[in-house]
Amino acid sequence: MSETAKAAEVAVKEPKEPLFSKKNKALITDPLNDDNPITIQVLGICSALAITVQVKQAFVMAMSVLVVLVGANLIVSLMRNLIPSRVRIIVQLVIVAALVILVDQVLKAFVYDVSKQLSVFVGLIITNCIIMGRLEAFALANKPWPSFLDAVGNAAGYGWILIVVAIAREFFGSGKIWGVQLIPDAFYDLGYANNGLMILPPMALITVGIIIWVQRARNTKLIED
Amino acid sequence: MEYFNIFVKSIFIENMIFAYFLGMCSYLAVSKTVKTGVGLGAAVIFVLAVTVPVNYLLENYVLKEGALSWLGQDFADVDLSFLSFIMFIAVIASMVQLVEMAVEKYAPALYGALGIFLPLIAVNCSILGGSLFMQERQYANIGEATVFGLGSGVGWFLAIVAIAAIREKIRYSNVPAPLRGLGITFIITGLMGIAFMSFMGIEL
Repeated sequence: MSETAKAAEVAVKEPKEPLFSKKNKALITDPLNDDNPITIQVLGICSALAITVQVKQAFVMAMSVLVVLVGANLIVSLMRNLIPSRVRIIVQLVIVAALVILVDQVLKAFVYDVSKQLSVFVGLIITNCIIMGRLEAFALANKPWPSFLDAVGNAAGYGWILIVVAIAREFFGSGKIWGVQLIPDAFYDLGYANNGLMILPPMALITVGIIIWVQRARNTKLIED
Repeated sequence: MEYFNIFVKSIFIENMIFAYFLGMCSYLAVSKTVKTGVGLGAAVIFVLAVTVPVNYLLENYVLKEGALSWLGQDFADVDLSFLSFIMFIAVIASMVQLVEMAVEKYAPALYGALGIFLPLIAVNCSILGGSLFMQERQYANIGEATVFGLGSGVGWFLAIVAIAAIREKIRYSNVPAPLRGLGITFIITGLMGIAFMSFMGIEL
């Protein structure tokens, strides 16, 4: 039997991994909680804090990151054998920058007001550490399908923190969620006042700090010494 | 006077960390000791002070609408501003590489101190953020842009050195276990941010 035939036989015998095997499922579920990009891996903090004043902005940002991260992870994973490791950072930055330009143009075309409010933070998706971090840590060494799942999982993990922080800040800061007033006017007549501090930057940090506290109190494995 | 104004404003009032959260990732990761904090902070000042003016020239003579008019009438209404992200990041990545090589050749002692931090800086949001704010705020000339870059760097330096000093001390405090490390750092940064907000009312 020739070498190639043998190799082919081995390849056939290798069991094919189902699309949603346990390992692949973990790629999506881990980043939501125990391996969350923001609270555990400490990636992508900058944008998470700056654009969480309103839920709408946070949602648009989370979606943009999802699109860029999935696109970049897929492309880098497909090209992983072609990229020389010495210049990989520049190659990754160019891929990510091209995707961010696309997202930026789409936002400007369809949700111009949100795009104006996000100002420089759309551009800063390029240097969002989640994207570079996942490209370096995962996409460079894995096949496209797991990379895709990893991207979806991490973007979702990033997104839910963003939206929770935004809900807390918008609700207590201006009594609204997604621009809809939730606290009835009767409360304001009784003397209830919005907490203006919640809208200011420092409270974003403290809100994330509290999320980390709750998460680590529930899962004591994550506590740092 | 305008220069001084921009300088103070970019250090205290519009501090990169406390007002915009730029460069938080490295700020949190490299602030365990004052020594590394000073190293990274110095590298950030240096790179910001170099890349902001370079990107300013690029913005005003290549990318902005009508910026290419020095090439002739045909280029007077070319608008390349959609390319600015990719141009800025390319400039930053290559400047960081150049700076790294120059420092290694001419100041080996400094390279020893900054060495490991320089490559990290290419993906530090505060660097790209500096260039993007420069683009958004439309500074009048290259001097103002340079002062803005320098001031932002100094503000970042102050923030990381301050948090590193606090983290060195807080090791001896009895912090609730789930808050130790990352959690308490976030909350301290928030409190420092509130303190820095007292500069907001200053009119220069």
